[in-house]
Amino acid sequence: MQTLSVDHLLGIKDLTKADIDLIFSTADEFKDVINRPIKKVPSLRDITIANLFFENSTRTKLSFELAEKRLSADVINFASGSSSVKKGETLVDTVNNILSMKVDMVVMRHPNPGAHQFLSRNIDAKIVNAGDGAHEHPTQALLDSFSIREKLGEVGGKKVVIVGDILHSRVALSNIYALQKQGAEVMVCGPATLIPKYISSLGVKVEHNLQKALAWCDVANMLRIQLERQDSKFFPSIREYTMQYGLTMDHLKNLDKEIIVMHPGPINRGVEITSEVADSHQSIILNQVENGVAVRMAVLYLLASKINR
Amino acid sequence: MQPREIINTTEFNLIIKRLAFQLIENHTDFQDTVLIGLQSKGVYLAERLKKVLLEIKPDLNLEVGYLDITFFRDDFRRTTKPLLANETKIDFIIEGKKVVLIDDVLFTGRTIRAGLDAMLAFGRPDLVELLVLIDRRYKRHLPIQPSYVGKIVDSITSEKVNVEWKEMEGEDKVLMYSSEN
Repeated sequence: MQTLSVDHLLGIKDLTKADIDLIFSTADEFKDVINRPIKKVPSLRDITIANLFFENSTRTKLSFELAEKRLSADVINFASGSSSVKKGETLVDTVNNILSMKVDMVVMRHPNPGAHQFLSRNIDAKIVNAGDGAHEHPTQALLDSFSIREKLGEVGGKKVVIVGDILHSRVALSNIYALQKQGAEVMVCGPATLIPKYISSLGVKVEHNLQKALAWCDVANMLRIQLERQDSKFFPSIREYTMQYGLTMDHLKNLDKEIIVMHPGPINRGVEITSEVADSHQSIILNQVENGVAVRMAVLYLLASKINR
Repeated sequence: MQPREIINTTEFNLIIKRLAFQLIENHTDFQDTVLIGLQSKGVYLAERLKKVLLEIKPDLNLEVGYLDITFFRDDFRRTTKPLLANETKIDFIIEGKKVVLIDDVLFTGRTIRAGLDAMLAFGRPDLVELLVLIDRRYKRHLPIQPSYVGKIVDSITSEKVNVEWKEMEGEDKVLMYSSEN
């Protein structure tokens, strides 16, 4: 039986190329399902999933919830703002309390890197990482690669540049792992203050000039400037960042090829990407959102198959 | 022990031809009828029937779809059966149509149950019929009976019936593997 090599989805780092292929071929069929008049299958009808969001999220939370409901799972939601976490409860206690209500899977976003690893050793449920601090955001990287594969046929051999705030980005790290496992070349581009010092040890290229990076790549993944994670100034002003690293139509017109533009959202229009580019035919931003549901369905389905009865 | 051949190539093609004529008898010009093969082996049978039907009536406008039931199985997490789905390809709406569901072997009936469920995502058919090449009777877990049968086979649970196709295995035939194999 083809099955995932892992029991939890904690990060892309733990996955094999075969795991990624299995997730994608399963997601292909789920994408077909969610485009039917009746967008639901009964596979997870006896599974209960808790969505625990200790950090804000709109699209990831909606995407997971929709994926769970399309698979017929029972869903409970939790946001830390309105909970007993504020009263001093520990993570393990919070989650164990939820599990005692007979929950089979936990989808969690947490501000602390490694919170999911810690939890997976301490509780008995399948865990899906929906983002842990500046560490990993595996389902985002999977849906990004899935979207590249859909648009270009395959990921292997392609050149992808990730532009922006690499330092604070869990999307960047997960994407680097995912793309490299599939045989793509990765470059990061941004101001030196937002590129981690040892990033080249991961085997990625570093470029500080946006136009040069674009000339090299097949795909540009534009990241949002995460002002909420920056406790000191990494660049003089938003305006200066936009002048240097904001993607405009002029950049695209200066290239002798058509590249694909991606963005994990939420977009700051006019900062890292202009409205014109975001809405252009080269942008696959909304395809990414649609694919997110199919990819998350595949991950939940494949992990749920490993729950012992 | 060698598998026992229960249908040889000649018989195989006679049976397919008979099934095709039986379909024509009930559906005449297939105006409102669609064939849906269940992935994976029912698809071969559906395509073969289409070919034979077109040889008999070349002007037939025949729609054939493929349906995958993986996500509708009732044994998810209870079996080692593959999780990986096959392609579902139904480019038409089955609302108000007569559907002939097609599979190679009918055994417990659970696959057909899942197929009926999966099919509903494409509309509410007026009528659903079931066509199978092999009916392993007496082994049903559900009250499901075929409308068209190629051949009835009496077998015990530990035996395995395998339909082989010219396109895949090189020869059209049906083999029975006994429990010792």
